Amino acid sequence: MAVQYGSRLKRALTFHIPLTVMVVATLFPFYWMVITSIRPDAELYNVKMNPFFTLHPTLSHFYYLFELTMFPRWALNTLFIATVSTGISLFCGLLAGYALARLQFRWAPSMGTVIFITYLVPPTLLFIPLGDVVKTFGIGDTPWAVILTYPTFLIPFCTWLLMGYFKTIPREIEDCARIDGASRFQAMVKITFPLAIPGILSAGIFAFTLSWNEFLYALVFLASPQQKTIPIGVFTELVRGDVFYWGPLMAGALLGSIPVALVYSMFVEHYVTALTGAVKG
Amino acid sequence: MADQRIEPVLAKSAAPGLSAIPAPVVVVAVPKLGRPKRMGHLLEREHILAGVLLAPTLVILTLFIAYPFVLGIWLAVSDKVVGRPGNFVGLHNFWVNLNDTIFLRAFQNTFVYTFLATIFKLVLGMGAALLLNQHFRFKRIVRASMLLPWIVPTVLSTLAWQWMFDATFSVFNWMLMNTGIISQRILWLGDGTLAMGCLITVNVWRGMPFFAITLLAGLQTVNPDLHEAAEIDGANAWQRFWRVTLPLIKPIMLVVVLFSMIATFADFQLIYVLTRGGPYSSTHVFGTYAYEIAMRAAKLGQGASISLFLFPFLLMVIVFQLWYIRRSD
Repeated sequence: MAVQYGSRLKRALTFHIPLTVMVVATLFPFYWMVITSIRPDAELYNVKMNPFFTLHPTLSHFYYLFELTMFPRWALNTLFIATVSTGISLFCGLLAGYALARLQFRWAPSMGTVIFITYLVPPTLLFIPLGDVVKTFGIGDTPWAVILTYPTFLIPFCTWLLMGYFKTIPREIEDCARIDGASRFQAMVKITFPLAIPGILSAGIFAFTLSWNEFLYALVFLASPQQKTIPIGVFTELVRGDVFYWGPLMAGALLGSIPVALVYSMFVEHYVTALTGAVKG
Repeated sequence: MADQRIEPVLAKSAAPGLSAIPAPVVVVAVPKLGRPKRMGHLLEREHILAGVLLAPTLVILTLFIAYPFVLGIWLAVSDKVVGRPGNFVGLHNFWVNLNDTIFLRAFQNTFVYTFLATIFKLVLGMGAALLLNQHFRFKRIVRASMLLPWIVPTVLSTLAWQWMFDATFSVFNWMLMNTGIISQRILWLGDGTLAMGCLITVNVWRGMPFFAITLLAGLQTVNPDLHEAAEIDGANAWQRFWRVTLPLIKPIMLVVVLFSMIATFADFQLIYVLTRGGPYSSTHVFGTYAYEIAMRAAKLGQGASISLFLFPFLLMVIVFQLWYIRRSD
């Protein structure tokens, strides 16, 4: 009995307690978003009230968000921008990844290195000159300012991931197709690309969440309220000077997080593949 | 390679390939085809196909990375401000930076922030990975929910943290006061050092899942037989971790650390949202201070010179990483 009790205690101390602490710490801020978004202002700004729950849930903050701000517009902008920039990046990354994984040409190794280096270039290094470039091209304060600049970090990622994926597809399948009469191009598009669909899905989901979440480029390149994305709109339009509208802020944070969380939860395995593949290469 | 030589004979209709094919075979194949389509014919050559496939990527990367990078170097040595062309001023901007106490503080903050946050993420992430590597009920749900801080927009989750650190309505203060641990409110973001602690906490909260999940993937490749063998030889749990697991997952650990260091070093959004570099410019890092100077003070040249300080460090990490990849190949 004593032995069993001791081992249970040990298991609790080394496993159950740390795991519980970890899960609570991870999820608490999300609980806080939810509870704040449904508590009425009178409770939010009263230090005497217990802040962990409410007996008078309200949708007034969501009403504020939808009626008095451009939140629906920001949501549409974000969806449009994330979808198009993901599409462009997948297209480029698919072709480039195939070329680097399969074709033999003199510059292959150095091209691979160049793509790897651009993969590691952070937006913080380039946003100031890039703002100038965007203005020069006449796309400042339009969705295209970010649609065309997000691929700078999405393409290297997609290329890197898909290059790794193409290497796992046996070359022989393509060779067979070519013996049966397919051209080089046909073998690539009709045989190898369909086999790479799981990899494409992983890269696409990852790229979509990255562009949905991007902040710096959107903050610098998009100025007018009707052009903003959710992260920028919530951050800039719901904080006026020093006044934070915490109810609508948390409602916006919650609604802005749900779409990525949904996409992610539908494809957890693909996302994890992308995440681990991204670092392994 | 061998199939390329037989292919034109067999693939009469679709493959008018001329390039790599020995002449005698082509003589047989071509006349039957009539005039080959020029495009398809060129695409049979691997280096031309490669050029075509890489072209869209190269165009985008040249226009939006290479060109801005060169432009950034020009801006950094110019006195460009918004709305007026700049003149060459040599290293003046860098000299100004090195005599600016806020910049020097940002310099120091960037390294402290990167170093401390990375260490905590590594240690906690490793702990989490070891926990998740065990068998238990609801493992899939726990693993999936672990990644939430990583996947939701950082700005939005940071706003939730900002509300939790609020000067008046902080939930942490509410808990600490109601349990009698403190009698006066703590101003979490009201003091430079404490605010830096809060920034590191939020960064660790956000970045730890990335470590946990990638390290977990590393742990799953470790053969359990090795652990059994070590156990039979009398190694305890700590020794097994230190001597068996760690050496095996060292490569992936190193890559994760380097990736995370780059992202943390070049961080902008978390700091900008939580403290905006305040209080009294005490929590700026390179990214936020460059933004402050370039976008709010409109001094583009000065701002560009600040973000260029990121470059030597990035270069070091990239060179190291390339060297490491080559070596392990």
